[in-house]
Amino acid sequence: MPKTLVEMKGIVKTFPGVKALDNAQLTLYEGEVLGLLGENGAGKSTLMNVLGGVYVPDEGTIAIDGQQVSIHTVQEAQGYGVAFIHQEIALVPYLSVAENIFLGRERMSAGMVDKKKMYKEARQWLDMVGLDVNPATMLCKLSIGRQQMVEIAKACSLNMKLLIMDEPTSSLSESEVKSLFEMIEKLKSQGIGIIYISHKLDEIFTITDRVCVMRDGGYVGTIITKESNRDELVSMMVGRTLENYYTRTFHELGEVVFEAKNISSGVRLKDCSFKVRKGEIVGFYGLVGAGRSELLKATMGLYPKKEGTVYVKGEDVTNLPTMKIQEKGVALVPENRKLEGLILKNTISFNMGISVLRKFVNHLHVDRSKERAIVDNGIKALAIKTPSRDQRVGNLSGGNQQKVVLAKWLASDPEVLILDEPTRGVDVGAKAEIYKIINDLAGQGMAIIMISSEMPEIVNMCDHIFVMSDGKITGELDRSEMDQERILQYVFAEDK
Amino acid sequence: MKKKIDLSKYDDHVILGPISRYLNANFGILAAFIILCVVLAIATDSFMTVNNWLTILRNVSTTGYLAIGVMLAIMLGGIDLIAGAMIACSGCLVVSLMERYGCNMVLAIAIGLLLGLVVGMVNGVIIAYSGIHPFVVTLAMQSILRGAAFLIANGQPVPLYANTVFPKIGTGLAFQILPYPIIYMLIFFFAQYMLLNKTKMGRYIYAVGGNATAAQFSGIDIKKVKIMVWTISGFLASFAGIVLAARLTSGQPGTSVGAETDAIASCVLGGTSMYGGVGGTGGVLIGVLVIGVISNGLTLLHVNSNWQYVAKGIIILLAVYIDMIRQQKMQARSE
Repeated sequence: MPKTLVEMKGIVKTFPGVKALDNAQLTLYEGEVLGLLGENGAGKSTLMNVLGGVYVPDEGTIAIDGQQVSIHTVQEAQGYGVAFIHQEIALVPYLSVAENIFLGRERMSAGMVDKKKMYKEARQWLDMVGLDVNPATMLCKLSIGRQQMVEIAKACSLNMKLLIMDEPTSSLSESEVKSLFEMIEKLKSQGIGIIYISHKLDEIFTITDRVCVMRDGGYVGTIITKESNRDELVSMMVGRTLENYYTRTFHELGEVVFEAKNISSGVRLKDCSFKVRKGEIVGFYGLVGAGRSELLKATMGLYPKKEGTVYVKGEDVTNLPTMKIQEKGVALVPENRKLEGLILKNTISFNMGISVLRKFVNHLHVDRSKERAIVDNGIKALAIKTPSRDQRVGNLSGGNQQKVVLAKWLASDPEVLILDEPTRGVDVGAKAEIYKIINDLAGQGMAIIMISSEMPEIVNMCDHIFVMSDGKITGELDRSEMDQERILQYVFAEDK
Repeated sequence: MKKKIDLSKYDDHVILGPISRYLNANFGILAAFIILCVVLAIATDSFMTVNNWLTILRNVSTTGYLAIGVMLAIMLGGIDLIAGAMIACSGCLVVSLMERYGCNMVLAIAIGLLLGLVVGMVNGVIIAYSGIHPFVVTLAMQSILRGAAFLIANGQPVPLYANTVFPKIGTGLAFQILPYPIIYMLIFFFAQYMLLNKTKMGRYIYAVGGNATAAQFSGIDIKKVKIMVWTISGFLASFAGIVLAARLTSGQPGTSVGAETDAIASCVLGGTSMYGGVGGTGGVLIGVLVIGVISNGLTLLHVNSNWQYVAKGIIILLAVYIDMIRQQKMQARSE
């Protein structure tokens, strides 16, 4: 039996109006990877913030290495060897790599910050995680994947016993994920315990030894990964069995409604052409940075293009401004809902109405009842869980926020709907709902373009797939030819 | 625009590294500065003289002290607007203490500086603990201080007769040539450079301004950093007030309205990001000099002083815009 590293028992944490943790528990052994699984709002992050010293629990006990401890601050947690890699990179963009690693623990000599010493020490930690960058480099010049490696190096420099990783792969490319997993294996072999929070079941099965499942702030159970399967985990998470995770009914396709020809934009996009038919779901797959979002944005005039033409229902819209293209019936639901999709500080009503103001604002007259009808219709159609239409969007869960973004664009009655990573950061239950919505929309004859980095989603939902790599469309596959290996061959076509 | 020069390959060199980073960060404003100087040197006879440069430096010294403090507040993504009012208030306070109450000069100055420290600290505490935006806090404090200046001075300038040493603080010359205010300014710029580059507090200012969450998770006391920054800024503003009072040999309750805008403009010209986290001492110094050279040059060219404000505004917009475009291009290339 391996040594117990952490034992959390009966943890309760209440925020105004919400019981975020209710009798939550967790046990972590030395040298294991423990998956922490649960829907959005299940309390995973809150529980980890308790362990990391960000929140102080109202009740409950924490033992580290068999010792009862009480953790009040981040520093205390670090003192017990707890290192925490947050979902969003928690580094300072305009400081150097070394300064980030030693932030809060600067190396001094003669009362002054000693940069040389920090660079030298940082070098050792960077070597340890196998990251070949100069410690003097400004952090913002590194890719997200490398920034994450810097976080791991920082964690290692804290003499950690356990490492908490909250959704570490959400913004990594597949090759970066691979090197992250190699790193995790290495840390594991050194006896470090790792708590791995993720929504992605594939990752959970790849990397974890055991999985602890949470639901509604409480503990559901812990299982050994090898002895479990996808269905069991999903039903533990949602408390019910998800019969059909993916919903897709295929049918005859209509005429071409959206077409792009020879789109180029410097080095980022090279001669890309594609078309979409009525009722069709077309997928765009590729690594992060392959140019998928840029291509679709370029067709809408949201990203500069040098060459190429775009047709909506046969009409050349190449040089029209974005708003005119939208009026022709094209809507783009952006990837980053917090940055590009929603005004988090404002209400559901406000957010849903903002792109269709012309429907209910006429000169000085605002038709309130029409606005309410549009909003209520959206809430109902997409089953958005909210107490009222005047709820602040920032207070909704990730899945519901995503639905609000969808509803916002559906309110404009599009004929072509472009979805950029429609299920990113959304829990399993909400994912299934979003798939169903997408399927229904296609069934009603909408042409849908779906950019996704999740292979199963692409394979199960699409009629046709385009694979992109380094700004080029390197392959296309019909539903009948879909096969994960072939898709990956196209993804890496450029490397050959 | 000039040819693009990429100096990033020297990043790691001990001496060339900082220089190349400095040139990279301040290329636009340095170019503007040099062009301004060349044009003025050609257009006027008196621009490139030692005396004129000493005049420029002495005239910008007030803006210099203020910019050093305001820059720190901007680096945290905040702002400090008390400068003009604090100059009036501390000047009136120090002069009144000596003139009306026969207070000892050193004690009067100490009380004046203490005023700056305390007011700055109050700003910092309110900003750190209440969460009210720094703009609002310091705008309110500006009004309070301006009122206090008029109250202390009984609504009119307070001339100083009681002390003949005090004016030397503002008018004295080192080595018979170098005005004291320039020396103070250089000392403060050096101190700020050391603070930002050699101390923990300096790192923390960059960290809190760049990513407050990351700073917090790294165990940095964000509140302490904020209080420190606004305290420094308040102190420098009161110091500026004392030096100005010494130069004018009087406390002027209505003086320096809008002095903070020149300080803010210097910071922005010098590459300090209004969003926080980005900036450097060298940039601010150049920013201050550009402001000074513009005013001086326009005066030498006999441009009506009312037009000088207009010209200054246009030059600031242009310089910052050119620099922004350049930064974006560099960003695009490094991707």
